[in-house]
Amino acid sequence: MDFLRPAGWSEALEAKANHPDATPIAGGTDVMVELNFDHRRPETLLDLTRIEQLREWSRTERNGVPTVRIGAAVPYARLIEELGTTLPGLAMAARTVGSPQIRNRGTLGGNLASASPAGDGHPPLLASNAEIELESVRGSRTLPLADFFTGVKRTDMAPDELIAAVHVPEGTGPQQFSKIGTRNAMVIAVCTFAVALHPRRRGVGTGLGSAAPTPRSATEAEEFLAGALAEDGQWDDPRPLPASVTERFGELVARAAAPIDDVRGTAGYRTHALHVLARRTLSWAWDEYRSGTELSGRQRCA
Amino acid sequence: MSDTHAPAHRPQDLDDAIAGGVGESPLRPDGTLKVRGDFAYSSDLWAENMLWGATLRSPHPSARIRSVDIGPALRSPGVHAVLTAEDVPGRNLYGLKDIDQPVLAEDVVRYRGEAVALVAADHPETARRALDLIEVDYEVLEPVVDAELAAHDDSLPKVHPGGNTVRYQPIVKGDPEVTADVVVSGTYTVGMQDQAFLGPESGLAIPAEDGGVDLYLATQDLHTDRKQTAAALDLDPELVRMTMSGVGGAFGGREDLSMQVHVCMLALRTGRPVKIVYDREESFFGHVHRHPAKMYYEHGATRDGDLVFVRAQLYFDGGAYASKTPVVVGNGTTLGVGPYDVANVSIQGWGMYTNNPPCGAMRGLGAVQPAFAYESQMDRLAEALDMDPVELRIRNAISRGDTTPTGQVLDYPAPVAELLRRVRELPLPEAPAAGAEPDIRDLPGGASNTTHGEGVVRGVGYGVCIKNICYAEGADDFSTARVRLQNVAGEPLAMVHTAAAEVGQGLVTVQQQIARSELEVERVNIHPNDTSVGPAGSSSASRQTYVTGGAVQAACRAVRERLLAITAERFGEPAAELSLSGGKIVSRESGVLADIAEVLGSEAIEETREYHHRETFPLDERGRSERAQVQHAFSAHRAVVDVDTELGLIKVVQLDCSQDVGKAVNPESVVGQIQGGSAQGLGLAVMEEIQVGEGKIRNPSFTDYLIPTILDMPPMNVDVIERGDPNAPYGVRGVGEPPTISSTPAIVAAIRAATGRDLTHVPVGPEHIIG
Repeated sequence: MDFLRPAGWSEALEAKANHPDATPIAGGTDVMVELNFDHRRPETLLDLTRIEQLREWSRTERNGVPTVRIGAAVPYARLIEELGTTLPGLAMAARTVGSPQIRNRGTLGGNLASASPAGDGHPPLLASNAEIELESVRGSRTLPLADFFTGVKRTDMAPDELIAAVHVPEGTGPQQFSKIGTRNAMVIAVCTFAVALHPRRRGVGTGLGSAAPTPRSATEAEEFLAGALAEDGQWDDPRPLPASVTERFGELVARAAAPIDDVRGTAGYRTHALHVLARRTLSWAWDEYRSGTELSGRQRCA
Repeated sequence: MSDTHAPAHRPQDLDDAIAGGVGESPLRPDGTLKVRGDFAYSSDLWAENMLWGATLRSPHPSARIRSVDIGPALRSPGVHAVLTAEDVPGRNLYGLKDIDQPVLAEDVVRYRGEAVALVAADHPETARRALDLIEVDYEVLEPVVDAELAAHDDSLPKVHPGGNTVRYQPIVKGDPEVTADVVVSGTYTVGMQDQAFLGPESGLAIPAEDGGVDLYLATQDLHTDRKQTAAALDLDPELVRMTMSGVGGAFGGREDLSMQVHVCMLALRTGRPVKIVYDREESFFGHVHRHPAKMYYEHGATRDGDLVFVRAQLYFDGGAYASKTPVVVGNGTTLGVGPYDVANVSIQGWGMYTNNPPCGAMRGLGAVQPAFAYESQMDRLAEALDMDPVELRIRNAISRGDTTPTGQVLDYPAPVAELLRRVRELPLPEAPAAGAEPDIRDLPGGASNTTHGEGVVRGVGYGVCIKNICYAEGADDFSTARVRLQNVAGEPLAMVHTAAAEVGQGLVTVQQQIARSELEVERVNIHPNDTSVGPAGSSSASRQTYVTGGAVQAACRAVRERLLAITAERFGEPAAELSLSGGKIVSRESGVLADIAEVLGSEAIEETREYHHRETFPLDERGRSERAQVQHAFSAHRAVVDVDTELGLIKVVQLDCSQDVGKAVNPESVVGQIQGGSAQGLGLAVMEEIQVGEGKIRNPSFTDYLIPTILDMPPMNVDVIERGDPNAPYGVRGVGEPPTISSTPAIVAAIRAATGRDLTHVPVGPEHIIG
């Protein structure tokens, strides 16, 4: 096995162009497991740990929207510590990933590249309308995250491309994330759900994980809720949400799922749980919105 | 063994001195090493010029082997040997009770994962790739997968030529046809639990110049391994020398052979040291698991709540090979009514062969499964009688002088009612302060943020159990200890040498404490465990402090007797008037006579003693025996559980235990055993299950076979009482297993109390709760 260790980004892109079959490795929390279990025997590993810029994040603006650009090799632990107030949904998801050791090593870019239907980082990014920046020696392109996932562990990446960064619009309202697992920590998701309220554009974002071949949004649920909130003048004068609204939102989220039966749970349970999670997370997010803070750094979780 | 062949990582040296005698809690000598990651486990072994072994396993639960072609694998560069069944030098069969399992499969494979061929290569990856080059032509057969069906349907294929029943055992007491005012019945199932020890199977075999082999390994029982390995290698047992290396947990999963014969075969064939280490996935196929069970129970009681009868049929799925199935049937049936005094009993137990993964020893052997059933039944009966479930248990609790269903009179304390009363009195968790924001880590779902209190209902449940200690039904599972007392640099030093496996339970500390108390010396060393001393038997059945503790005590007393005899002669005082105290020999008449070291001079005193527990006797065809079991141990648990009733997620808030340990030789280790056992029982209650479909394991990884984390295992109140057993050394009563047994039913009872669900299967999953 060849082990390539580019010192900088352009060198890494060159290496990937010359070795399109190379498996990129950063934290190694997915790749090493696959190697250890002998599920994969790549001819070449492309080590990204020396590329400083991949470990940086910055505030930018995209299309007039304040946005955080997160380098692909930023680990979960730093998402929690450094971006907990700016991107609360993503930070909440990061808290549910593995153990402290895994959160120190594992990276957001790795989570996206693995493209597991159960990737914990994906739903909050979908709920925030994040985009992914891919680059190769041929140039750079940015596409909506929803277009990035093409199937179970499959993405739109070309063989010579690497993930440079993720662009996440800063939250303008409350965000929530919940994950079902049959253990109270360190568990692969049975299913996950993320919701983000976007009061500035009067929109709602959602993301479902472990509920379909790819992470996806519950578009119908988003549209229903945004419509109901607008219709009742709730954005400007927030009042308790009628049970009929939260219930319908839950139903539509559950309907957006196309889950399977597997060793971690049944399709029926996943659908049921998504309904409950959608209802609960919406009510937490809405309570927070009603309590008056447009963008709140407060979170209920530890 | 010559020095050039010595492994670079020697077996862990555990002779660090500790302080403290019997009844104290000195820190264990290996504790700091383990916490710091410095402890050398058997998987860390290494030797110069070493090869790596790998094992080809059957992909089918049942198949006939038409042919095996090793040619391409053998020609692969870096491969030094490829071995199949025809290369087994001696008996190609082994087993703990029934000798029925091939070292390497011959004409058939009986489970998915059965070893078929071996490779030795100069790199582990080379060995693994060579496995892919071995061509096995299988004729796939229909597997037998249902143990209950296997017991009654003669038309099923026979997994072994002698039929599919490993053991059938009835237990009959009193009138099996008696009727009662109130009758409750239920059917209960227990999933396949794994020992989930963290250190995978591993060993290093070094061929010796005398034609024998030295094997460094992690095991629970060196001598039983040696006996089976020597027979398979066709070597004199004296030529198969085994040395214990760092053991990363066992819990029963290291009682059967795994890599022992394989790694020795490869070493003897290649003439080079060979190491085998399983990875986690292979480990799931490389050791036995806890028997899944299906159990039909019927309890009858008077309107006042006195048990009139218990009737049960128990089916244990032993999988492809017998392993400890006969003992599981013995324990399951004899202990099948629980720690209760029942006049009329009719229990039938079947242990069956199937093409499922082989099942064998695991903590609480054969007593875990019926405890879930009989305790669920006691709760169901309490409900039918409108009685408090603890009161019903206390009312029917067995006690000293009572007779078990096999006719054995309990001639030692059996404080079951007292344990129940005590555990009930332990403090309950405080309710969270009103209006306080809960920390999600304290709620069901934990860090996953699934509830902020919505749907959460609290329940409380109880469980109590009985477990036999030591081997039973006529087994003489004795232990041996050699103790040497000598003068080292003017101080007396005692060396304790046994083959008793330190598997994490703390025996290494206990042996030193006993020697220190018996010989009144400060310095005690433990000799590495190996086969150059007599057998100790297995570190299982909660038996080592009892039997090896007894052997160390006996050997120490023999050494003391000789020391006092020498002193008596030298000082002209009667030996009966002499005693040891603080490193000195003291006369009742004239006070301190001499330092022990001084009397020893340059002479060492060495004595070897065996300890045999009380004789037991087999069960007859009605399950009667004057004394089927050596001793019984009891524990009682109370569980407080929060359940998210909408999502079916669980948080065990508190788990408390009262247990009688006879005598706590090391009180802190005792508490540690109770905490660890309770955690393992919690795992079975709410998450641990090897999922098997059509004979195949679906979750052979720690990603999908879940064991409790610190957020799943709550704080415990542990209440230890000491009602000494007059038949046992120091009055000890086995500790390790009972807490694994009674915690599971207590937790499930609490979930039932919170949800109102029947819950007849463990582990309880979200789908059972939301139903």
